[in-house]
Amino acid sequence: MSVVMMENKMTVQLNQEKEQSAGTAIEEKDVVFNTKELNLWYSETHALKNINLSINEKEVTAIIGPSGCGKSTYIKTLNRMVELVPGVRTTGEITYKGKNILDRSFRVEDLRTQVGMVFQKPNPFPKSIYENIVYGPKIHGIRNKKILDEIVEQSLKGAYIWDEVKDRLHENAYGLSGGQQQRLCIARCLAVQPDVILMDEPTSALDPKSTLKIEELIQQLKKDYSIIIVTHNMQQAARISDKTAFFLNGEVIEFGDTNTIFTNPSDSRTEDYISGRFG
Amino acid sequence: MALKKEMQTGNRLRINEMIAENKNKKSMANIMEKIIPAILFILASITILTTLGILYTLLTEAIEFFKRVPIWEFFTTTELKPLSQNPKFGVLPLINGTIISTIIAMLIAGPIGLMSAIYLSEYASDKVRRVLKPLLEVLAGIPTIVYGFFAFTFVTPLIRSVWPEVEATNILSPGIVMGVMIIPMIASLSEDAMNSVPNAMREGSLAMGATKLETTFKVVIPAAFSGIIASFVLGISRAIGETMIVTIASGSSKNFTFDITQSMQTMTAYIVEVSGGEAAAGSTIYYSLYAVALTLFVFTLLMNLLARYVSRKFREEY
Repeated sequence: MSVVMMENKMTVQLNQEKEQSAGTAIEEKDVVFNTKELNLWYSETHALKNINLSINEKEVTAIIGPSGCGKSTYIKTLNRMVELVPGVRTTGEITYKGKNILDRSFRVEDLRTQVGMVFQKPNPFPKSIYENIVYGPKIHGIRNKKILDEIVEQSLKGAYIWDEVKDRLHENAYGLSGGQQQRLCIARCLAVQPDVILMDEPTSALDPKSTLKIEELIQQLKKDYSIIIVTHNMQQAARISDKTAFFLNGEVIEFGDTNTIFTNPSDSRTEDYISGRFG
Repeated sequence: MALKKEMQTGNRLRINEMIAENKNKKSMANIMEKIIPAILFILASITILTTLGILYTLLTEAIEFFKRVPIWEFFTTTELKPLSQNPKFGVLPLINGTIISTIIAMLIAGPIGLMSAIYLSEYASDKVRRVLKPLLEVLAGIPTIVYGFFAFTFVTPLIRSVWPEVEATNILSPGIVMGVMIIPMIASLSEDAMNSVPNAMREGSLAMGATKLETTFKVVIPAAFSGIIASFVLGISRAIGETMIVTIASGSSKNFTFDITQSMQTMTAYIVEVSGGEAAAGSTIYYSLYAVALTLFVFTLLMNLLARYVSRKFREEY
């Protein structure tokens, strides 16, 4: 399907493991994803260029930038969903908790179990609300009905949608409103207790009220999960994120504390973008 | 540019006037606007009228038959001897033959067709699909008479070489060949159904850490289920109505048996045999054709109703 090309991956990985054991452990502990020299091509298009980013645990990291700048591509690389596009090639490395996920020996199913994803458009399965939630646990071998019931309640509560759906768990998920469907998708993601949740413009298809609910939810989720969110909405990035990365034409222009990026950007292009001069 | 210039110089195009002028010329078009739908309606009603006509003939002639042979005897007795001195008209051997040949055909066509569809829709690359799908559909274009003697002259001897108890004419061989004939239909329609499942659903599943196989069987197939069922039912209807293959390869013995090594006759094959010349108009055997045809009609009708019910009941809406 796709070719994941790695250059010098073994030596790089070994070196890094050495570094970690050498005593930088305390500092490295908080890092969940470390991207080094990541390049990505869609056939001939160079979509990501020399990306270096390190993403912290239990923080909200926002990725902003104009359309086509590679921000969606980047988060899809973090759970390797990008490989579904034929003709994708990558070089460089992304370490997740110290292991290179671009390495072929890294089982993609394991990665995606630990790194969940919420999509731009809500995509519940055409099944009941209950079946949507237990889908993940079931494919990972949890069969006990009592445990599944508990997972359903816990996940729906975690996504603040329990009160709205608890009396209709066995109705089709497509009977829910768009905002509810998106929170259901978040609940579905929580059901397998991932470490990281990737969100690809999760509110762009929703009305303002549902957007607000999702933003509040993200604030709650950050206590237990590392969240990486792609957004078109700069106010949203400013409201909910701790760190912000600004992408432009496949490059990271600026990455740092959200406050700094929005009040005192060091690159003029960042300033132009956040002040609405382009994009 | 030219338009802009004209507007600037005051030579504005009077488009609204031109339209108004054209409207007055349109009376001919207005008449067509009314006549064409009427013609379309008449043409569309031809199908309905034909169906009603067929149903009328079937019913009147079948009623004539049931005046001579009681309806309960027709549907409950297992002896069919239309040409003997003391003729017996029990339709069960024919129904039995039809059902058994259909079951054999679907045992072949169902799994193979569905698996082919899964391969084509989920696993084959675009390149492979573009070659395979048309090839598969060629199989559907072969005349059934060809399948018929393929069954009789190739498949039956092949079966008999490994299973000598099988008779020279038997229900097994045409059943298998009918199955092969139906595979492309099921594969193609099921593939369409699976292809129309939005990719967002596959992505949702894969992003949960599901494998491709799990995604296919737990998300794509359930979502495409009503389409898959519809393809199966069409396959069954095709098997029930199939005539040439069974006529050639299954012989014409009117046994009531469940032994697939023996010759059996289906409803369709009976109609071919009897209408082939032995039935004088007005005789009981002549009317029996209509009774059998009516039974066949009811069978396919029931199948279609069942299909609607099942596909509605199991539909996963998205």
